[in-house]
Amino acid sequence: MAAKTYSLPPLPYAYDALEPSISKQIMELHHTKHHQTYITNLNKALEVSAKAQSEGKLQDAAAQLSAIRFNGGGHINHSLFWEGLAPSSSPDSKLDAAPKLTGAIKDTWGSFDKFKEVFGTALLGIQGSGWGWLVKEAVTGQLRIVTLANQEAVVVGDTPLFGVDMWEHAYYLQYLNGKAAYVENIWKVINWKTAEARYAGSRDDAFKVLKANM
Amino acid sequence: MATALFRTAPAVRAALRASSMKPGVAALASTSFVRGKATLPDLSYDYGALEPYISGKIMELHHKGHHQTYVNGLNSALETIEEAKAKGDEIQAAATAPLLNFHGGGHKNHTLFWENLAPNNKGGGGEPEGALKSAIEKDFGSFQNLQKQINTALAGIQGSGWAWLVKDKAAGTLQVITKANQDPVIGNQIPLLGIDAWEHAYYLQYQNRKAEYFNAIWNVINWGTVAKRLEKA
Ligand SMILES: [Fe+2]
Ligand SMILES: [Fe+2]
Repeated sequence: MAAKTYSLPPLPYAYDALEPSISKQIMELHHTKHHQTYITNLNKALEVSAKAQSEGKLQDAAAQLSAIRFNGGGHINHSLFWEGLAPSSSPDSKLDAAPKLTGAIKDTWGSFDKFKEVFGTALLGIQGSGWGWLVKEAVTGQLRIVTLANQEAVVVGDTPLFGVDMWEHAYYLQYLNGKAAYVENIWKVINWKTAEARYAGSRDDAFKVLKANM
Repeated sequence: MATALFRTAPAVRAALRASSMKPGVAALASTSFVRGKATLPDLSYDYGALEPYISGKIMELHHKGHHQTYVNGLNSALETIEEAKAKGDEIQAAATAPLLNFHGGGHKNHTLFWENLAPNNKGGGGEPEGALKSAIEKDFGSFQNLQKQINTALAGIQGSGWAWLVKDKAAGTLQVITKANQDPVIGNQIPLLGIDAWEHAYYLQYQNRKAEYFNAIWNVINWGTVAKRLEKA
């Protein structure tokens, strides 16, 4: 049985569409190089793993788990990230596009500004490469901010609503060592329409971009 | 009490020890700690001196921006722990341990890194000699094998981190290891050569082509520094 292969989802906007928050050069490298590399290495690891399993070589399949987790996480995270951003000129990037979610955010953190502050502090506190996510908890349906190292992904139970890539490649060409400015500016390009849909929808729906690009 | 809390946090004891050192007590500490405070050590070469292998802009930001942030973070973590100690607040001290490990490690790692780099006219590049060369050939077969092993280790880091050539004091051998984020080299392992694999170390010049950076950096490794570290290990 041949393993399914994943492919790079097209961006739902142009590479320069998120300027000035995120430069065209960053978007292009991030999408065509970094994201593509995760997909290439994921497909390779899945293929080796599937072949090993078909031959009953569990030891060789197990040896691929770390690469599948890392590169699979990289593919999942970036796919959700692109969909979770929108040009600042688009109505999708306005809070009005997420009435239910912003209501829940205010109920949870007291105010939207407080939420922004807590999320921003979490993002800036990541030691090394990683991501910050707003998630809807599986059992309680409550909102929670989580940070994950490297390419760990929100794949167990919770539904990811939107994420911010805090790897240096996500901002360095534009913001250099000033990551606080990147965090400040990314709020202008969050796709609240997508976040609202993920909040209202099922967990599988949040990941449908993966299945659509195989 | 405080020391018991810290038993599992790698950089903590080293950082506390270093912070209480008087200037001049140890060669490294004398340049990087003044009156119990960590300070940014000077580079022994210009920012542009490692070009074309590492750009002057990268070196300047890396030293004045990133390394300085670790120095500041270390001092602030140490202050918090001093306060916690004065108040007898063990939880606050323990809660600061990850910051101390991260910033203390970042300060130590970068200090070692700058010293094990050099421009070609100041001993950078070339190949190891003497006892270092013999030790490398004994444990890796050849210098080329060591380079290959380090480059493979660097390429395999999932996220931010470092690759190190270390002397394992217990085994008596040289080894290649990787460390995540800013975790320092500790215990029986003595760091001989460190290579920074964080994206900030190469991104402005090499972008996503990190293998090119890993190949280029061999042109500016200061083998004299590495040999001296082995002598003392
Ligand atoms: Fe990324
Ligand atoms: Fe660094």
